[in-house]
Amino acid sequence: MLEAKAVTKSFGSLVAVNNVSLAVAPGELRAIIGPNGAGKTTFFNMITGFFPPSSGEIVVEGRDITRLTAQQRVELGMARTFQITEIFPELTARENVCIAVEVASGYRLRPWLSRAARTRVRERIDEIIASAGLTKQADRRVGELSHGDQRAAEIAMALALKPRILLLDEPTAGMGEQETFHVASLIRRLHKHSGYTIVLIEHDMRVVFNLADRITVLDQGSLLAEGTPTEIADNPAVQSAYLGSAK
Amino acid sequence: MSTTTADTVFERPAQRSWLPTVAIWVVLLTVPLWLPWIGGYTALAGRVLVLGLAAMALNFLLGFTGVMSFGHAAYFGLGCYGTGLTLKYLSDSTPLAMLVGILLGGIAGTVFGALIVRRRGVYFAMVTIAFGQICYYVAYRWNSLTGGDDGLRGFQRQPLHIGNWIIDIQNNPVLFYYFIAAVFAVCIGLMAFLLRSPFGRTLLAIRENERRARFLGIPVERHIWLSFSISCFFTAAAGSLYALLNNFADPMTLHFTLSGEIVIMAVMGGMRAFWGPLVGAAVFVVLQDYISSMTVNWMSFIGLLFVLVVLFFPRGLLGFVRAYSEK
Ligand SMILES: Nc1ncnc2c1ncn2[C@@H]1O[C@H](COP(=O)(O)OP(=O)(O)OP(=O)(O)O)[C@@H](O)[C@H]1O
Ligand SMILES: [Mg+2]
Repeated sequence: MLEAKAVTKSFGSLVAVNNVSLAVAPGELRAIIGPNGAGKTTFFNMITGFFPPSSGEIVVEGRDITRLTAQQRVELGMARTFQITEIFPELTARENVCIAVEVASGYRLRPWLSRAARTRVRERIDEIIASAGLTKQADRRVGELSHGDQRAAEIAMALALKPRILLLDEPTAGMGEQETFHVASLIRRLHKHSGYTIVLIEHDMRVVFNLADRITVLDQGSLLAEGTPTEIADNPAVQSAYLGSAK
Repeated sequence: MSTTTADTVFERPAQRSWLPTVAIWVVLLTVPLWLPWIGGYTALAGRVLVLGLAAMALNFLLGFTGVMSFGHAAYFGLGCYGTGLTLKYLSDSTPLAMLVGILLGGIAGTVFGALIVRRRGVYFAMVTIAFGQICYYVAYRWNSLTGGDDGLRGFQRQPLHIGNWIIDIQNNPVLFYYFIAAVFAVCIGLMAFLLRSPFGRTLLAIRENERRARFLGIPVERHIWLSFSISCFFTAAAGSLYALLNNFADPMTLHFTLSGEIVIMAVMGGMRAFWGPLVGAAVFVVLQDYISSMTVNWMSFIGLLFVLVVLFFPRGLLGFVRAYSEK
């Protein structure tokens, strides 16, 4: 489904991601973990077209997308959220999702919509808002929602794109117990019931070990280990480099 | 609660967004009745509408796409000269002259916009100034065509012919005022319509968060370019009306001081409110008219007012009124 082949990114003399390869199967939930500064976000940025890799290739469903723009990758079915929430703060949750739905429906240049199209858009918005648990907050500005609801709104926008691959960068960062649980169950539902292929960067180990099919561990830009949650938990290199020092 | 996007919402319940619209139109349509009573003259009201249109057109880009231009006088001035030159040398049809002015300014903006959309922030604003000044110097130097420093004289707006009807906007200032109001209505109606559309919402998305917009699959540069182009066409329409209003095209309409004044009107009136720039233009034009009859330093008074507004009402005059009325 998604494949990175020997991907490297250098910023000047700093090698943020060094020769990392990985392959995600359709329907898989892959977690990427690693200490701060390991290069996880940088890796995401190359996959989603934020910037090109210094070397290496990114392949989606057999197609080389290394040189495509972010927008072209979205059209191929790639949607992401950011480590620091990126939303449209002055607009309501409904408007945020509305923009995503309209763009995904190919309406972004339309000066008007037919009544039928408007109805379809509205139904889709309601459905997404409900599945993200935002029905009560739908008409409030997202900028004034709680941190957890803002994250949910961002995930809702990504879902509105009907992605085939969903990339989430630390969706539970900065959340309390309740909110973390809320987002984790949302991700589980997306994975188990809706069958999304998901790549998840996450610091919270309970979330990772509960949700992930497979885990990739990065350390100082390099691939340290890859395997099932049990394999990773038992891996001595991971224990010493990461788990030991983290919690 | 929110005060910023009330005019551009999608199905937002319980908003009285038609109220300011109705109030403003009542005022605008009755101007010729009451203005003389308080010592104004109809041409002044025409000036408010023309500069208000320019400020609202700029605000399509500034307030609703989040992109700053300090060079919009260029498109205003091109609209002005295009209309003046057509009336002087080519045709005595007012609509045709307007069309030429609008196309001249709009197409220049579209071409220039394509060259600069990759620039951002200050760099974008700087290159817009540069292009504006190029237009100014061309008009300034090309004496034989444009009248140079003295401006372009020797043309007059012509009466409108609609079938057998003749609408004498040439000699009847009140009719001409309503003609300006009609063009103004069409232009801002089109802008309001676009802002409520899916396309308009992509512009809000870019203003709110360019990164999020890009990663939703919006080709940000292309949409900024379209917004710039639309903004330039409507600015040129304002410039074209300005030529008709004065029967004169002034090189200062191309100068970047006018660009700055248009920005001041938009910001002072409230760039997040659809009608804000019109309010800003009204305050600006009326104060300018009133104070400049007493002192040549009128600009320092307006500058002072601008600073006060920005300090105390960061959302502009209309933004302030609206926030207050929703309390
Ligand atoms: N645009 C950039 N320019 C220069 N250096 C960068 C850039 N982006 C990231 N880096 C550097 O690359 C390294 C990896 O950063 P990255 O953000 O990918 O880490 P991360 O694994 O996501 O960490 P965290 O858990 O803190 O989010 C860091 O040293 C960072 O300072
Ligand atoms: Mg990161």
